Amino acid sequence: MSSSPFKLRALAAAGCVAAVLAAAACSGGSSTTGSSSSSTGTVTVAVVSNPLITNQMIPLTSSNFEKQNPGIKVKFATYTEGDLRAAIEKNVSTHSNAFNVIMIGPYETPLFAKNGWLTNLSKQFIASDPGYNASDLLPPIAKSLSYKGDLYAVPFYGESSMMFYNKTLFAKAGLTMPLHPTWAQIQTFAAKLNQPGKTSGICLRGLAGWGDNMAALDTVVNTFGGQWFNMNWKPQLTSPAFVNATKFYVNLVRKYGEPGASNDSFNQLLTLYGQGKCAMWYDATVAATSIATTYPSVFAQTGYALAPVNLTKSSGWLWTWALGIPQGVSNSGAAWKFVSWATSKQYDQLVAAKYGWSAVPPGTRTSLYSNPQYQQAAKAFASITLASINSVDPEHATLNPVPYVGIQYVDIPQFESLGLTVAQGISGAIAGTESVSQALQAGQSAAAQYTPAQLSGG
Amino acid sequence: MTVLEDLAPPPKVAVRPRAVSRRARWQLRLPLLPALIYTVVVTQIPFLVTLWYSFQSYFWNTTTAAHFNGLSNYKTVFTNPAFRGSLVRSVVMTVTAVIVAMLLGVAFAVLLDRKFFGRGVVRTLIITPFLVMPAAAALVWAGPMLDPNFGLLNWLLQPFGVHHVAWLSTHALGSVIVVMIWQWTPFMTLIVLAGLQGQPADTLEAAKVDGAGALATFRELTLPHLRPYIELGILLGSIYLVNVFDAVRLMTNGGPGTSTTNLPFYLYQQVNFAFDIGGAAATGVVTVFLTIIVATFALRMFARVFQFEEAGV
Repeated sequence: MSSSPFKLRALAAAGCVAAVLAAAACSGGSSTTGSSSSSTGTVTVAVVSNPLITNQMIPLTSSNFEKQNPGIKVKFATYTEGDLRAAIEKNVSTHSNAFNVIMIGPYETPLFAKNGWLTNLSKQFIASDPGYNASDLLPPIAKSLSYKGDLYAVPFYGESSMMFYNKTLFAKAGLTMPLHPTWAQIQTFAAKLNQPGKTSGICLRGLAGWGDNMAALDTVVNTFGGQWFNMNWKPQLTSPAFVNATKFYVNLVRKYGEPGASNDSFNQLLTLYGQGKCAMWYDATVAATSIATTYPSVFAQTGYALAPVNLTKSSGWLWTWALGIPQGVSNSGAAWKFVSWATSKQYDQLVAAKYGWSAVPPGTRTSLYSNPQYQQAAKAFASITLASINSVDPEHATLNPVPYVGIQYVDIPQFESLGLTVAQGISGAIAGTESVSQALQAGQSAAAQYTPAQLSGG
Repeated sequence: MTVLEDLAPPPKVAVRPRAVSRRARWQLRLPLLPALIYTVVVTQIPFLVTLWYSFQSYFWNTTTAAHFNGLSNYKTVFTNPAFRGSLVRSVVMTVTAVIVAMLLGVAFAVLLDRKFFGRGVVRTLIITPFLVMPAAAALVWAGPMLDPNFGLLNWLLQPFGVHHVAWLSTHALGSVIVVMIWQWTPFMTLIVLAGLQGQPADTLEAAKVDGAGALATFRELTLPHLRPYIELGILLGSIYLVNVFDAVRLMTNGGPGTSTTNLPFYLYQQVNFAFDIGGAAATGVVTVFLTIIVATFALRMFARVFQFEEAGV
């Protein structure tokens, strides 16, 4: 009799232990069984939701890649840009390795490579895979994905920024867009072309995010002579040049921009432009590919100009969505097979056969721009895209020297949260909930929280 | 926390003999144990881990290992205007949404309590917003309803001279609160309707015989009768709405600026964009303590009101 409570208690304790173990087993169950370089197995790919990926890469993977490689199963995890960064950062920094392949860009690649989070693709795979032809990659793009001279990610598509405009509306208003416009000219055009309720003079990004509204704004800041930090890593957000550029951008979008701009980024603006709601649109060069495939009637009326400037000679940004393999993942052989396939010339052929040459992911390989079929199909935007990408220099993007690399970002780990803080303020200024000075003052104090030593990564 | 207290052995002043009482009690508890253990594992252990992280400097985006940094995360939380701002917004959003939803809920319930043709259909329609998934509702509101260029609301308001209002930029907080109200009014209606149907008909009849008007009857009889139901609705509504995330994330993404960033969204940003695990943990711990304080006061107040009600009836 006296022993039975004991038994029950023991039973309860056992149950408790079992529950804890079960929980532990659940969390540990999905982890990898050590890294292997086998060329078969499941490859989980984290990608950004973007027309070139969701409409082309994902369907082509199941219809072609998986058929050619029966041992490999590819699973996609699709995120918006901000969520993708969060998911990937969590994965690689904690080494949970839920993704065998990650989609990253010039911001992440050097930082991750420096932290030892990425596989050295040059040494591990490209050296023994001559068919890949890495020397064919566009030099600025390849450089932006390299660390100490080796590639740690390979580009799926590459982009700079440029101005899209509606030739019909320009002709009707008696205006001509120069190939090298200045921001002052753009403002004049926007004022003349703006028809509230019908078409906006210019469509610009306002959504808070360093890869969203800040990407466009940073190029304006650079060409107005502004910079994030001076050579001593002192924040410069309240300097006259930074303030003037920001005021210019915010006024432009508030006066002549699309309604509700503070919620708009690439995907929303693509829809607006495609519906003929924008007379001009300043965004990524890759938009040309999406306009050509999705909105043929607007595509026929679209003209292109280089990124507008003020004090610098060029001002386009540089970005590429590239594929990398985190350090220590399983099935890395299969992962490389997928990565090399999705970034190869053969992939371009597949896209061309199914969706037409103008739909091919642009901005990665020199050979694409000398391909007569591509030149023919994409003649409207191929050369200006190539010229834009080749005109950028992420190491000297500003008027005055800076201690950092990056055009539309600052390549330091702190920029992720600093960029978001400033982006939120700018988005608020575009919506009218705060002033530009307030937003930049808040950004300046956020940046001042870090010491120069922390920022320089010393 | 109360869960843990239940596990404590019965007080020594128990009337029944100790062994028997214990055994009987454990036999009663045994079927509950799996659920109890599960609850402890998924709520209390993570809380302890959070507490541990809140004293650490731990950033996902650097290779620096996590290290103890005392109270500095808490200092940041209390001195950070972003935290205070999101706290205030959380309170504003919850209080406004709950009160308005309750007022509408009482009004709808009173209307639906009458007998009319098609009452079943109308009741089902009124309840529908509560059955729509919050994420789906937020997307429908953000896109087809409130979009400045293609939205239905602007189209409906066009004859009245309203043109291309960017609701989610210019009236972001209001828009989010409206969606919260839209989703929670049905819940309030349901609860109050249940209360109305439990009202004895003879009391109302007596009031009529005594010559009381409709308004007086409602104020003097129906409302006091509904009081516990209204309180329950407010309590449950507040508990759920203080956690609202879907609408904020999908409609405004906390913006423009930080004008719709409430506490849950602020926490999410701290983890997902600043990768500041220590700071986010400290924010979480502070939020939990604030919630416990508020909840304790609220529950106490309600308990008092309930007692008062029982004594009064």
